[in-house]
Amino acid sequence: MWKWLHPYANPEVSYHFTGKLLPWLCALAALFLSIGLIWALAFAPADYQQGDSFRIFYIHVPAASLSMGIYFGMAIAAFTSLVWQFKLADASAAAMAPVGATFTAIALITGAAWGKPMWGTWWIWDARLTSELILLFLYLGVIALHNAFEDKNLAGKAAGILTLVGVINLPIIKYSVEWWNTLHQGSTVSKLGKPSMSVDMLWPFLFCFLGFILLVSVIICIRFRSEILARNSIRPWVRSLVSEQLTQEKTNEI
Amino acid sequence: MKFDSFSAFIDMGGYGFYVWLSYGVTTALLLILILGSMTRHKQVIKNIAQRKQREDKLRQVRKQRKKQDKQSKSTLSEEVTE
Repeated sequence: MWKWLHPYANPEVSYHFTGKLLPWLCALAALFLSIGLIWALAFAPADYQQGDSFRIFYIHVPAASLSMGIYFGMAIAAFTSLVWQFKLADASAAAMAPVGATFTAIALITGAAWGKPMWGTWWIWDARLTSELILLFLYLGVIALHNAFEDKNLAGKAAGILTLVGVINLPIIKYSVEWWNTLHQGSTVSKLGKPSMSVDMLWPFLFCFLGFILLVSVIICIRFRSEILARNSIRPWVRSLVSEQLTQEKTNEI
Repeated sequence: MKFDSFSAFIDMGGYGFYVWLSYGVTTALLLILILGSMTRHKQVIKNIAQRKQREDKLRQVRKQRKKQDKQSKSTLSEEVTE
């Protein structure tokens, strides 16, 4: 496997590879998100208890699980960069942090907008909500550390250590609804075995979830590519690529 | 279609404000993130290009100075020999 993976550890190869991947990811993300969201908003049935407020579920749950998933990916990248001194992993971790922070914010805000009509309050200091808020602060800390040092290797190390320490928060978020008495309801989707969700709600959810995953990979790709360029700005391939792009833009303007 | 009319669709069974608030905030935040990432990519390219131009200029100036130095030295030495 390493023989196959090795060329992708080269920044130039991964820059061009992600460049080729991007348009496909964009198209798929747009397709799945538009189908999923229209289905969720207009065609999915209303919940028998929660009515139409249940439609918030279709963005709240994907955003919340992606906020944890992105953090997990960032932790893996931070670990590989700390242990094997693998510089591209740092670039990918730096690319993931703002995306994860945005999805955490989306999960919190949609959760508040769902909590107000259902629980009667925008916010409550309960286990699930508080641990998700801590996740947002962890993301903000990681972003700040990535930007705090001129030396990107040092910044990656500092941010990586914070990321790895913060991993402890992930199981706390995941099991908070089981460990503590909380207002937040338990898992709706992943209760396998007995289907706890009706099929005409599950399908739009799966489309939305896949669409959000694709959108996340699109944004991470874009940010990863700028990180690669910024970190390799002295290399000849970056220099020639930059001057090529600028001449192209100038001819386009004319 | 689950709703009878467009106004029913906007009303969302009385939960319109909360549903559209969630969808609106999500769209706004994602748009900001996407557009920000795209402008950042362009900015990075521009910065590298600027630095490259600056370095090229410095290199040229240095070359010219070296040439001038050589010339002035040679004229000096000529004067001395004269």
